[in-house]
Amino acid sequence: MINLTHYLIVSALLFAISVAGIFLNRKNILILLMCIELLLLSVNLNFVAFSHFMNNLDGQVFVFFILTVAAAESAIGLAILVTIFRNRRSINVEDLHSLKG
Amino acid sequence: MFEQILFYWFTAVLLLAAIGVVVARNPVYSALSLILAFFTMTALWLLMEAEFLAIALILVYVGAVMVLFLFVIMMLDLKIVEREGFIRYLPIGLGVAGMVALEMIMVLQRSNFDSERYVAPDIPADFNNAEALGELLYTHYLYPFEIAAVVLLVAVIAAILLTLRKRDAADQAAKTQDIDQQVRVKREDRVRLVKMKSE
Repeated sequence: MINLTHYLIVSALLFAISVAGIFLNRKNILILLMCIELLLLSVNLNFVAFSHFMNNLDGQVFVFFILTVAAAESAIGLAILVTIFRNRRSINVEDLHSLKG
Repeated sequence: MFEQILFYWFTAVLLLAAIGVVVARNPVYSALSLILAFFTMTALWLLMEAEFLAIALILVYVGAVMVLFLFVIMMLDLKIVEREGFIRYLPIGLGVAGMVALEMIMVLQRSNFDSERYVAPDIPADFNNAEALGELLYTHYLYPFEIAAVVLLVAVIAAILLTLRKRDAADQAAKTQDIDQQVRVKREDRVRLVKMKSE
């Protein structure tokens, strides 16, 4: 029978894959944003799993708010990305060093 | 038994899609893998009877956010860049990810975390997930709900302001309204009376 631990392990594996993605694709902001979406998705899986197995709907309300904030985050992130690309013609993280002292 | 088969199948697809997001060379393939990951995650949530969130995930993420991602990828006209550093950071990336996964799975050992205490309740067939969630959201979580609306409003304004391109007046490429000019316009500027003989 599938129980809570199964879902938590799936969530842990998904989290680990996205962390690896942030390390491996540190040059490309687009893929970094997608990895952050995956991280949030794995956290949401945790919330839904606990909500289901503890018979408490509050977890699903939290997932609702996380979805809202994640959508806002990716919209602003992509807007910043478009602005960076327009000014510098590149989205390589290495080129973004103008704040360096 | 059937539920187990579904669970393992969707889990396998989900993890493979996540790996696809990470290793794909072309950002478009990454975005498409991410869409697949969202869809399979939806299936997992349906297995846990979170119907409203499953549909919301598809509508919000696949319908809006991922379309936005694909739109930006195609608008930026990126060349497929060589991923310098992918091999160089492979050991440290896999090491950190392996440690994260190992630690989280070790926490979930039977001796530490007794998941047998949490058995899924038998939910009656006429239980309405959306209705229950809405009841909670509009009573107990009403203020957070309204604050979430404000967050979305701020995000909309910020996204528009960030990408709004100001062009100087001499450059006619930007088509914007000039409200002053519209209000000050006179009849003579717009209407021209033409006298011609009727046939």
